Amino acid sequence: MRKTAHNLVAAASIAVIVGALGVGVAPRAEAQDAAIAAEGKKIAFNRRKGNCLACHMMGDGTLPGNIGPPLIAMQARFPDKSALRAQIYDARVKNPRTFMPPFGPHEIISESEIDKITEYVWSL
Amino acid sequence: MRTMTLLISAASLLISAPLATATTPDEDLQAFRQYYQERYPNTPFDDFQNGIYSIDANRRVEWESMEEFPPYEIGLEIGQQEFEKPFANGKTYGSCFKNGGINIRQHYPYFDAATGDIKTLEGEINECRVKNGEKKLGFGKGLLAAVAAYMSSTSNGSRLNVVIPDDPRALEWYNRGKKHYYAKRGQLNMSCADCHYHYAGHNVRADLLHPSLGDLSHFPVYRKKWEARGSGPLAGFGTSHRRFNGCNGQVRAKSYGAQSDEYKALEYFLTFMSNGIPINAPGVRQ
Ligand code: HEC
Ligand code: HEC
Repeated sequence: MRKTAHNLVAAASIAVIVGALGVGVAPRAEAQDAAIAAEGKKIAFNRRKGNCLACHMMGDGTLPGNIGPPLIAMQARFPDKSALRAQIYDARVKNPRTFMPPFGPHEIISESEIDKITEYVWSL
Repeated sequence: MRTMTLLISAASLLISAPLATATTPDEDLQAFRQYYQERYPNTPFDDFQNGIYSIDANRRVEWESMEEFPPYEIGLEIGQQEFEKPFANGKTYGSCFKNGGINIRQHYPYFDAATGDIKTLEGEINECRVKNGEKKLGFGKGLLAAVAAYMSSTSNGSRLNVVIPDDPRALEWYNRGKKHYYAKRGQLNMSCADCHYHYAGHNVRADLLHPSLGDLSHFPVYRKKWEARGSGPLAGFGTSHRRFNGCNGQVRAKSYGAQSDEYKALEYFLTFMSNGIPINAPGVRQ
C-alpha cells in the first residue's frame, strides 16, 4: 500500500514534467483523442462489453464494484499508454491468477474496442 | 464457432493453488472453515447458513423483514401436501426414505457404495416416484424443488453431516467437485472460488458476494428473482443445481444441468465443506 502511494507521487511528478514539456501538442489531435475516449467510455460501461464497473470505480459510473483498484490518476500510474493497453488486453500477464477477465485473448471485446477503452481510461 | 473454441480452451482449466498439494478432505475442511472464520470474526459459525446476510448488517435488516411474512409459505405447503399424498399405488414418498423422509437432509448428498454413484435428495425423490410407478418431475425447480424444500425444512436446526467414506471412488467424486470449484472457466475466466472464496464480501457492481462456507445449508432456496420471472406459488423455488447453472452462465461458461454428474460432484464437495452448519431451509434470497 505504502509502495503504491509512493509510486503514485513519483509518477505524478513525472507526469507534471511531461505535461509541462508537452505544451506544443496540436489541439486537433487532442480533440480526436477526446472523441475516441468518449466512445471508449461507452464500451467500458456497457455490461455486455467491458463492464469494467463490475469491479472498478471509474469516472462518473454509478454503483461500481470494489474488486479492482479505483481507476484514477491513470497517466501517473501508467506513463506509458501501451503498458495500460497491455494490462487491459490481458491482466494475466502481470498476475496469472487475476480475477480480471482476459479481454483480448478471449475475444470478449475487439482489438479496436480495447484501443478506445485504453484512450478513455488513460484520460481518467 | 470462434466462441465455442474459446469456451473449450478456457475449460481446459487453470487450477489454483489449493489443488496443487494433495490434502485430505478433512484437512481441506479445516482450512476452508478457518479462512472464513478469520475473515469474518464477528460472524458466529452457525450464522454462515445465511449467505450474504451473515456478513452484511444492512442487507440483513431487509432480509429479516422479508422473513416476517415468508414468501415461500404457500409453496412450502404445496410441497408438504405432495410429500404426504399417496401415489396411485397407495404408498407415499416417506416409504422410500429412512425415518419416513423426515429430518434426513443433513446426510445428503452421500456416496452409494453399491452403485458407485452420488445420491442427492432431489435424485432420490424422482427415483422414489419411478419405483412407485409415477412419472419423474422436472429437476431444478417447480414441484420437485418444493418437495425437497419441505423435506429439508424438517431438518432445520440439524447440522450438515456429509461423509466421504474411505473408498477411492468417493474421493474421486469429491476431487471432481473440488476441481470444479477452484478451476477458472468460461469466456470471463472465473472460478467459483474467485467470487465466493477470494473475493467473498466484495461487490461485483451492486452484488455482494457471499462466502461459500454454509452453502447448501439452506437449499432449495426461494428466490425473489425467480419468483418475479415465473408465475404461481412455486416459481421462486430452485435447487442448488439451478444456482450452479446460473453462476456458470454468468461467466459465459458451459452449464451442466441439474443432476448432471458434474453438479452432483460439486454439491458433494461444497456440502462437505459446510459440515457442522445447521440447516435452515428454504432460505429466502434475492
Ligand atoms: C471481474 C473483475 C474485473 C473486471 C471486470 C475488470 N477488472 Fe481491471 N482489475 C481487476 C483486478 C482484481 C485488478 C488488480 C490487479 C490484478 O489482480 O490483476 C485489476 C487491475 C486493473 C488495472 C491496473 C490498475 C493498477 O493500478 O495497476 C487496470 C488499468 C484495469 N484493471 C482496467 C480495467 C478495465 C479498463 C476494465 C474493463 C474493460 C477492467 N479493468 C475490468 C478486476 C477487474
Ligand atoms: C462472477 C462472479 C461469480 C462466479 C464466478 C460464481 N458466482 Fe455464485 N453467485 C454470484 C453472485 C453475485 C451471487 C448472488 C449473491 C451471493 O449470494 O453471493 C451468487 C450466488 C451463489 C449461490 C447462492 C448463495 C445463497 O446464499 O443462496 C451459490 C450456492 C453460488 N453462487 C455458488 C457458486 C458456484 C458453485 C460457482 C461456480 C460454479 C459460482 N457460484 C460462481 C457470483 C458468482
